[in-house]
Amino acid sequence: MNHQLQLNKNGELLHLLTIEGLPASILTLILDTAESFTGVTEREIKKIPLLRGKSIFNLFFEPSTRTRTTFEIAAKRLSADVLNLNIAVSAQSKGEALLDTVNNLSAMHADMFVVRHSQSGAAHMIASHVKPDIHVINAGDGRHAHPTQALLDMFTIRRYKQDFHNLRVAIVGDILHSRVARSQIHALSTLGVPEIRVVAPKTLLPNKVERLGVHVYHDMEKGLRDVDVVIMLRLQNERMQGANLPSNEEYFKYYGLTPEKLAKAKPDAIVMHPGPMNRGIEIDSVVADGGQSVILPQVTFGIAVRMAVMSILAGN
Amino acid sequence: MSQRLPDAEFLLTELIKQLTPITHESMAMVGIHTGGVWVAQRIHQALNLKLPLGVLDISFYRDDYSKIGLHPQVKPSALPFEVENSHIILVDDVLYTGRTIRAAVNEIFDYGRPASIHLAVLVDRGQRELPIAAQYVGAVLSLPTNNMLELKQQSDGRLSLGLLDVKLAAE
Repeated sequence: MNHQLQLNKNGELLHLLTIEGLPASILTLILDTAESFTGVTEREIKKIPLLRGKSIFNLFFEPSTRTRTTFEIAAKRLSADVLNLNIAVSAQSKGEALLDTVNNLSAMHADMFVVRHSQSGAAHMIASHVKPDIHVINAGDGRHAHPTQALLDMFTIRRYKQDFHNLRVAIVGDILHSRVARSQIHALSTLGVPEIRVVAPKTLLPNKVERLGVHVYHDMEKGLRDVDVVIMLRLQNERMQGANLPSNEEYFKYYGLTPEKLAKAKPDAIVMHPGPMNRGIEIDSVVADGGQSVILPQVTFGIAVRMAVMSILAGN
Repeated sequence: MSQRLPDAEFLLTELIKQLTPITHESMAMVGIHTGGVWVAQRIHQALNLKLPLGVLDISFYRDDYSKIGLHPQVKPSALPFEVENSHIILVDDVLYTGRTIRAAVNEIFDYGRPASIHLAVLVDRGQRELPIAAQYVGAVLSLPTNNMLELKQQSDGRLSLGLLDVKLAAE
C-alpha cells in the first residue's frame, strides 16, 4: 500500500489511512488540536462553525456503533452535514461495488468519506480513486489499520501520563486479528515510547511481530510487571477461523485482566480498552469499572480527536 | 522602517486610564490570542477585576479557514465566568479589518448571550472591512497595507510594537 498517498507535497495530511509512515509532528498536531476541541463540549452551544456546508459520508461496510457514533457527533459538532450509510456488501465483486458507491456519492458533492470495511486497503483504494479535494478517513480496514482509534488512545495516554518518553506500555490479547494493535504500535513508537510489550498466546500473535520493535511476552504476569499503561484488546471471535483458543474460560484464566494481574503493573497504571469489551473473557468487570480504568474517558476523547482529524483534513 | 511606532507600554497606560471610570464589580474581560491576551492580562491586573480573565483562540471561527486551513497551533478557548447576561470588555492588540473581532463575537455567543460587549484595542490601524468599531483605543495609526503591526512580549512582561513586511512575515 502506498502510504505517501496521505500527505501532499508540503507534507500536510490529505487523508488519514494509517499511522504507519506519518511523522511525529503530524501525530502531535492532531493531539494538540484535539486538546483545544475538548472545551467545546463543555459550552452552552456544543458546536463550532468550522465545517459548515461540508458533507461528510460515513460509509460503514462493517457494523460499528461506537466508532460511527463518535464520528457522527464529531462531524456535527463541527457543523458539517453527516450522512450515515450502513452498507452490507456481498462477498463477491466488492471492489467494483465499492467504487461505484463512491462515484455516486462523489457526484452528490461529498467532501469527506469516513470508511469502515472488512477488507484491508479499502480506504486506500477510495483515497487513490477520489478527486483531490475529497478527503478520506480510515475508520478501520480489515486487520490492517484503525488510525483514529490509535490516536485517541495516544491522546488518552498523554492526558494521564503527560510524556511518552519514559513509558512502558503493554498491549494484551488478540494482537493477530487486531488492526487497533497494529496502529497503536506504530503510534507509540513514532511518539517515542521506549518500551512496547505485546502479551498474548502464540496463536494470537502475528508472525515476526518482533520486527515492529515490540517485546513479546506469553506470561501475562511477567508482561505487566512495572508497566504504566495496560491496553486490553477485544477477543475477536468473529474473525477467528479454526481453533486459536481452547475456551473462553481458559483464555480468561491466562490472559484476562483481573485485579491480581493488574497488581503487577505500577500502582498508578491506567487500563484502556478500545471496546466493545467482552467482560469475563479478556477483562474482569472489577477492573473494567475500577479506579484505574480510563475506558469511558477514551470514548469521550474519541470525539475531540475525530474533530481534530476532520478539521485538519478539510483545511488542507 | 521610517515610521516611529508609539510605545506599547504608554498605550497600555492610556487604555487603563480610559477603562478605569467604567470599571465595576461584575465586569468581565476577554483577551484574543495571542497579543490580545497579553494586553488583557495587564489591564485585568491593573483594574483588579474580580471575574477571572477569559481567553479566546478564534481559529475555529475564522472566515478564511476554507482558503488557508487550520492554524497549526490552536490554543484552547476558556471563558471561566457565566457569559449569559455578562458585561464583557473584549481586548485585542491591533484592530484592522475587523474580521478577528467578528469571529470572537460569534465565539462568545456560543457560550451564552452577554448583556453587552465593548471592544478595547491597543492600536486601531483603520482599513476596516466590516462595520466594527472599538470603544476604547490606545492610539490610531495609519500604516501601509504591506506592513504587519506586531505586538511582542519581552521576558519581563513588557510589551512593544514592531513592523513586519507582510511578504517576509509570510515566509
